[in-house]
Amino acid sequence: MGLVTALRCLKPRCWSRTVTAAWSGWKGGERSFTTGKQLRSDNKVTVNFINRDGDRITVKGSPGESLLDVVINEDLDFDGFGACEGTLACSTCHLIFDEEMYKKLGPVTDEEMDMLDLAYGLTDTSRLGCQICLSKSLEGMVARVPESVADIRQTKDGSS
Amino acid sequence: MLHLVSGQALFSSCSPKVCVVGSGPGGFYTAQHLIKARPDVELDIYERLPVPFGLVRFGVAPDHPEVKNVINTFTQTAKHSRCNFYGNVNVGRDVTINELKEAYHAVVLSYGAEGNRTMGVPGEDLAGVYAAKDFVGWYNGLPNCRELNPDLSCETAVILGQGNVALDVARILLAPISMLKSTDITQPALEALAQSQVRRVLIVGRRGPLQIACTIKEIREMVNLPGTKPEMLPADFEGISEVLKDVPRPRKRLTELMLKTALETPGEKELERRKSASRSWGFRFFRSPVEVLAEPRTNKTSAIRLAVNRLEGSGADAQAVLTGEVEDVTCGLVISSIGYRSLLIDPGLPFDSRKAIIPNSMGRIQHTPGVYCSGWVKTGPTGVIATTMNNSFDTARSMMEDMDSGALDVSAVKSGSQSITALLRGRGVKPVTFADWEKIDSVETKKGEAEGKPREKLLSVEEMLQVAQT
Repeated sequence: MGLVTALRCLKPRCWSRTVTAAWSGWKGGERSFTTGKQLRSDNKVTVNFINRDGDRITVKGSPGESLLDVVINEDLDFDGFGACEGTLACSTCHLIFDEEMYKKLGPVTDEEMDMLDLAYGLTDTSRLGCQICLSKSLEGMVARVPESVADIRQTKDGSS
Repeated sequence: MLHLVSGQALFSSCSPKVCVVGSGPGGFYTAQHLIKARPDVELDIYERLPVPFGLVRFGVAPDHPEVKNVINTFTQTAKHSRCNFYGNVNVGRDVTINELKEAYHAVVLSYGAEGNRTMGVPGEDLAGVYAAKDFVGWYNGLPNCRELNPDLSCETAVILGQGNVALDVARILLAPISMLKSTDITQPALEALAQSQVRRVLIVGRRGPLQIACTIKEIREMVNLPGTKPEMLPADFEGISEVLKDVPRPRKRLTELMLKTALETPGEKELERRKSASRSWGFRFFRSPVEVLAEPRTNKTSAIRLAVNRLEGSGADAQAVLTGEVEDVTCGLVISSIGYRSLLIDPGLPFDSRKAIIPNSMGRIQHTPGVYCSGWVKTGPTGVIATTMNNSFDTARSMMEDMDSGALDVSAVKSGSQSITALLRGRGVKPVTFADWEKIDSVETKKGEAEGKPREKLLSVEEMLQVAQT
């Protein structure tokens, strides 16, 4: 996992927005890093994932992290999730939300839509996890990991 | 995913040994899933070339480096304690499937599709006509394709087929060299493209805009390609916008992008950009290849004769029907991008030559217990990496079911790679290990650094073996 985590820290979309802003501030002589703050636990955001077996997994992430970051950092075991490592080159971090939460997530770029369009089981409230950045307003969010194959044989009791 | 192992397998005195033939996404994702799901499975991956990763290395376009990020997860799998990589081993020639069946509890065939669907028209063998697979292999450094030397001295290129491979070829033909020179495109291809006189690329399909096989990302890349302008025929899009409201979102957005590009009057900025563009590209619909025509003196490609079609039916099932009309398009370069094709590597295996796949049921090869398949050789040569990933996980699940139910007997002791490597040694075949590949990787990366590229690929098997094994 180490290598993947390292790569994620280098190029997550959410961080690139905050880091770019911070860097341009730094170049001008001012510093506006907020990393220090985000390490405090009271700033964490609770995220609930519903996995492909229907189990609810509750974890915490930091504001600014993407949902893909959270999945990786918390070692959540979703098969094949995040194949392109958050670079908008696949649709494997596909997540489904309820209507209300979906509206809170904000606008979708054409780039994200283009890849989302390839996701299996696409819904009107689908998003790519690598493009969703955590903030306190999303506290308690529920994200469902949809099935990724047409042939569903993942019942726990082994029956097909 | 926690996997409950049946009592029998858990207390078996030997671990199940599985081998995978082919180290592209099909092979690696199957291996990954098996290793994760069963803590006792030992996995060997055999690959014909000295280098792993299949189409991720040789198929994905040089300007799509993010798509190649999957290499990182494959590398983790290859370096897992229960996984071994053996490159430079030709299954079918150096070792047979039967020999693998003897040595392993299960064999997974994931060797993809290395052949071409041919157009089957006169003139297909003329100078100036290439299969997209070979053209892509050429700019991506596939050793078999390094002598391709495509003739890029003409103005117009016609590509048959409108899938993502066709769009990749069009984009690489027309992209500014400044864009290409910082990618892992091979040096010879870069030099050839820098001298290229191709200024116009037509991407031709049998059916209409609603049936186009490529995805929206690739179309958007063409629309935004610096130095180029689109050249579509508005007549091709008659009646299209009327049917869009009932079409699912992905198809709707893709079609809307094409309609906008073909029909909308561009704004001032875009008009300026198009005026200064020296290269153009366009889709042509309702056309099938009939013959490639040659210039009589040189016998080089001078035009392609296309049959005009009309559509019967609608949507994905629409059929192209000949109208009897033909049309000649002047061009010096014809690239057929109508599909890859799997080959049969062992006569003992069943093969469906119509679909060009190994007949199987959820990855279990028909009439061949203990042998499975995944990737394109299982389902046919379409789909992106994620499609193959799901397909491979599916095969892995079938195998695990069989291990659990006893349909696949894993109680016997099998010799695995011990006997196979001994056999190969006896035949003078020296496998390339993953550590050896990392030497090649390191040389390529260093060479690339010197040129501002992610890597400079080694172009021949000899060079690869030299680096790997000295």
